[in-house]
Amino acid sequence: MLIPHPLLGLRDSQEFTYLGDAALMQRPDPAADGAEAAFCDYVFLRDNPAGVHRELWFHEQGDRSWLVVTRDTTTHEILGAELASNLKLGAAQ
Amino acid sequence: MKFSGFKVVKEALTGHKGWAPLWRNPAPKAEYDIVIVGGGGHGLATAFYLAKTFGELKVAVVEKGWIGSGNAGRNTTIIRSNYLLPGNQPFYELSMKLWENLEQETNFNSMVSQRGIINLIHTDGQRDAYRRRGNAMMISGAGARLLSRDEVKQMLPFLNFDNARFPIKGGLMQPRAGTARHDGVVWGYARGADARGVDIIQNCEVTGFRIENGKVLGVETSRGFIGAKKVGVSVAGSSGRVMAKAGMRLPIESHVLQAFVSEGLKPTIPGVITFGAGHFYVSQSDKGGLVFGGDIDGYNSYAQRGNLPVVEDVVEGGMALMPMIGRARLLRGWGGLVDMSMDGSPIIDKTGIEGLYFNGAWNYGGFKATPAAGYCFAHLLATDHPHEVATAFRFDRFERGYVIDEKGVGAQPNLH
Ligand SMILES: Cc1cc2nc3c(=O)[nH]c(=O)nc-3n(C[C@H](O)[C@H](O)[C@H](O)COP(=O)(O)OP(=O)(O)OC[C@H]3O[C@@H](n4cnc5c(N)ncnc54)[C@H](O)[C@@H]3O)c2cc1C
Repeated sequence: MLIPHPLLGLRDSQEFTYLGDAALMQRPDPAADGAEAAFCDYVFLRDNPAGVHRELWFHEQGDRSWLVVTRDTTTHEILGAELASNLKLGAAQ
Repeated sequence: MKFSGFKVVKEALTGHKGWAPLWRNPAPKAEYDIVIVGGGGHGLATAFYLAKTFGELKVAVVEKGWIGSGNAGRNTTIIRSNYLLPGNQPFYELSMKLWENLEQETNFNSMVSQRGIINLIHTDGQRDAYRRRGNAMMISGAGARLLSRDEVKQMLPFLNFDNARFPIKGGLMQPRAGTARHDGVVWGYARGADARGVDIIQNCEVTGFRIENGKVLGVETSRGFIGAKKVGVSVAGSSGRVMAKAGMRLPIESHVLQAFVSEGLKPTIPGVITFGAGHFYVSQSDKGGLVFGGDIDGYNSYAQRGNLPVVEDVVEGGMALMPMIGRARLLRGWGGLVDMSMDGSPIIDKTGIEGLYFNGAWNYGGFKATPAAGYCFAHLLATDHPHEVATAFRFDRFERGYVIDEKGVGAQPNLH
């Protein structure tokens, strides 16, 4: 798989490590009511869709940026990639 | 029709006219007591043990393709009970005991072959860890042997013992481990279940669940609605997308695991060898092919095929461990969907929906679990109580903090 890095162009996915669903960027508020249950869902539960999936890849052997890659899990086709730092942390998707 | 040596000889002499299909192909009935979703090894074993132990129940297995077309027919067939943690090991040891009697129980040759497994040791730290694991295995009755370098050398003289990075210093062996013929397991359970009245319905995809007031009433399928008092979902790599139809999110990610087989060779490898440090394991099939694999690709996938970097990683491991493998030609490679969980361990449990039950999260190791998973899932479906060796495999273990994390890597499925 080749990942279209917004700054570096097409890069081999082997240069990256994979973390998982980009929803992990939406960390729950620890001070909110029901935070324990919210964190439990956050840490352990996943949508795990068959189809389009937004996911976090870390360019470990490159510029060490985090990307949000949009990829189809049924074909491995990569539909796009954005710098995670450009996406607003904690913003509702 | 009963299989026996006598029957084989008789059929050979009378033109093979007395063989019958191993199971019927019935149309779905309007309603069953229990509908099992997924005709892999687990679903069929569940139906078999339900019919055998709780015979009065009307049971159907609903499979979207043909039975055994998922992981049951794609795995590398290793069976073993060499786990460490108390939540796991008694379960896998029950499975091993069921394997040992499977052919008698199903009257079908599943080619269970207890040729032993050896996990290679490269460092003192690893030897300590494996000694501890071996002790846990002995406590559970599974048996274990810690092998010296010389003992490994006697059994597996073709390994590269002096690899600079991972010299072989010994091994942990479970002599009772080995392999079984994966398709034979599927067919044996299917035939046994069918003979006891279970309807095996192929080419019938579950497209949804009918749920009213928090209670399941049956499944919507590509062949119409099928009513059920209870529904047991056992769809392995498809767990996420099937349970989503019941509105559930799971502690699971679907990943792809690849495997490979070489051309047929004369017998060279006595049992199963695992080279964990190098992401490589290998055994030899009865046809002579070297069957080997390594790690999962590592990203979410429902594609049932992997990518080349893992092919390279696996064969590098093979070359480092047993350089002679470089002379064998690769015949085939393939991928299967594995349901990787947040702690690397399985779930056999009720759900929050009355009458809906789940068996899954088998990661890359559910083939060996087939008999016990079927046995325990049948027990849960029939009695509403977990079997005593499966009490730890609950959904709520994550929120309660009782994860069963053999590798100790945390909630990161691609690391288990
Ligand atoms: C390459 C590879 C190597 C492996 N090696 C080993 C090994 O050496 N040892 C080991 O212990 N384990 C191994 N495993 C893991 C093991 O194969 C699985 O954990 C196990 O087979 C899962 O249980 P199953 O047999 O019931 O799954 P499956 O055979 O996958 O059964 C699930 C069934 O559900 C069906 N299904 C899915 N969705 C629907 C639907 N909507 N409606 C109806 N039916 C549906 C599928 O078609 C499938 O037939 C390996 C896996 C892979 C991929």
